[in-house]
Amino acid sequence: MKKRLTLSQKRMINGYLFILPWLIGFIFFYIRSILLTTQFSFSRLSVETVGGYTLDHVGLQNYVYAFREHGTFKQILTSSIFNMVLDVPLIIFFSLFMAILLNREFKGRTLVRAIFFLPVIMNSSAIATALRLSEQFVAGGISAGSSQMSTETVSSTVNVSYYIDLFGQLALPNRVLDYIVAAVSRINSIITASGVQIVIFLAALQSIPSSMYEVAKIEGATAYETFWKVTFPMVMPHIITNVVYTVIDKFAESDVVTLAYNTAFTTEFNYGLSSVFSLVSTAVTCLILILAVGFLQKRTFYYN
Amino acid sequence: MDTGKSVGIKNRIRTITENPKFVNSTRGMKADFKKLLIKVFSFVVIVGICYVILSPIIGMIVSSFMSDSDRYNPMVYMIPTSPTLEKYKISWARMNYLPTMGRNLLYSITLMLIQIFICSMVGYGFARFRFPLRRLLFACVVVMIVIPDHTIMLPLYMTFKNFDPLGLVSLFAGKPLVLMGTPIPMYIMTIFGCGVRSGLYIYIFNQFFRNLPKEIEEAALVDGAGIWYTYFRIMLVNAIPAVVTVAVFSMVWQYNDTFYANLFLISENIVISKKITTLQSVIANVDKILDTSIQELYLSAGVVLIMLPIIIIYVALQKYFIEGVERSGIVG
Repeated sequence: MKKRLTLSQKRMINGYLFILPWLIGFIFFYIRSILLTTQFSFSRLSVETVGGYTLDHVGLQNYVYAFREHGTFKQILTSSIFNMVLDVPLIIFFSLFMAILLNREFKGRTLVRAIFFLPVIMNSSAIATALRLSEQFVAGGISAGSSQMSTETVSSTVNVSYYIDLFGQLALPNRVLDYIVAAVSRINSIITASGVQIVIFLAALQSIPSSMYEVAKIEGATAYETFWKVTFPMVMPHIITNVVYTVIDKFAESDVVTLAYNTAFTTEFNYGLSSVFSLVSTAVTCLILILAVGFLQKRTFYYN
Repeated sequence: MDTGKSVGIKNRIRTITENPKFVNSTRGMKADFKKLLIKVFSFVVIVGICYVILSPIIGMIVSSFMSDSDRYNPMVYMIPTSPTLEKYKISWARMNYLPTMGRNLLYSITLMLIQIFICSMVGYGFARFRFPLRRLLFACVVVMIVIPDHTIMLPLYMTFKNFDPLGLVSLFAGKPLVLMGTPIPMYIMTIFGCGVRSGLYIYIFNQFFRNLPKEIEEAALVDGAGIWYTYFRIMLVNAIPAVVTVAVFSMVWQYNDTFYANLFLISENIVISKKITTLQSVIANVDKILDTSIQELYLSAGVVLIMLPIIIIYVALQKYFIEGVERSGIVG
């Protein structure tokens, strides 16, 4: 009666066995959780002392509250998105540039690569919080912002506003100028945020077959042309990878996440509202990801 | 014969173009100058950016050795005049360093081992087996990478606050388990492939296994090795670069993770990085050191202490790690 399984059937079952732990986890922790979060966002949740919770269905009330009454949600959401949109192209260009520099042969290359990856290793939000706190302590709470600015202008020997004026006189559009100034002032956060991206681009650059460069050289292409006609199209698929990674990474540490966490666990204990914040911000991020990937995918050349 | 000749010609061309004796035309000099300029430029940029990355770390290390008088002396820059280990001593004591660090390393390393084991298994399953819904399920892995953790944090909190899967626990113990404040939720999630950034690790392993030649497994199968034996003894051994990559990533991210540690209220006696946020106020209250700029010195000593193990692990594995990232999956 017992039917013997064919090899492919056996392998099928084994395949399921291999992914089984993850599958259970995914269904239990992710699918169930997302459904629950959605349910929470439509209800008022009250935690009972014995354990467990009760849900009262309140319809769209949480959403209406978040968008029409809550004091800071909209500002924080827009500023997070704006920061993300500002940072992502900068990080991508910076890391591509650095990867090209690091891809050359020079002495101490491994050391420099190790240093470039250090910020990823040391990226501990606990330590960042501690340092920020202590800065506030030193500067004295509320006055921290202004005193910091004043020390900066005193200590820096470069008169920044002079250069800004100079660029202004070059008749650069104000928007562009603002963007450049913002970019330069963010250089620190951009460098620390692009460790993984640099490594990905480095790997991409090394996977480009050298015969392509030889052909380009024989055909008489200049370095500039080689970059735009060979290097850039070949790393384009990895630009998508990096955009996705950067968006997720930036989003995970944005203020919306903190707001959602605080609303649930420290300030208001309003779980429904927190779910709304989480869901809305996730939806926005996914939308940005889909738009960006769709936009880039059309322009991407796949070698294989 | 022919090739030998062409190599000879190539060599001659090279001697002509690269030997400075032959390059005396202005065009060659211009090209040389351009090359030099590019070299200098890239050197300056690289050194500058290394400085931006390293300067806060150097500053922290320096100030952790400073004594109080150094702090008040505006002449002291970079090199403390009377270096002391006192800051380390007190921070060490206040953080209860050795036991806490031991527990923390135990916690991160066990989780890392589970991550490697589970994620490599799942990645292998996706890479080498054909089964219905495979593509859809793999898309789920990508979804897992993309979805931010905080979308699912509330249900997770609720789940582990009264842990009662399928009503089994209350069937045996009478009431649901409270797992908050213990590291058990983290272990449970990691065992089921949903730990800190597990999706990414599954992806890395999947890409790596896909690029390994199939012949190895076929040979093993022909020689009579079972599928599980093949996976453990042959595939996992071949995947060392991916394993090192995932090991470093998961170790570091687990160690630095505060999101889950806060969500599950894991005690600061297990997660040492939680202690650093309170270290300054502990020093202020216990040791009665009220000058904030002196407190900062203790804080930087604490930060150095906390970063130390991670830095050591990174430096030790650095070579394999960067190689591993390049060779293994991240680049698909």
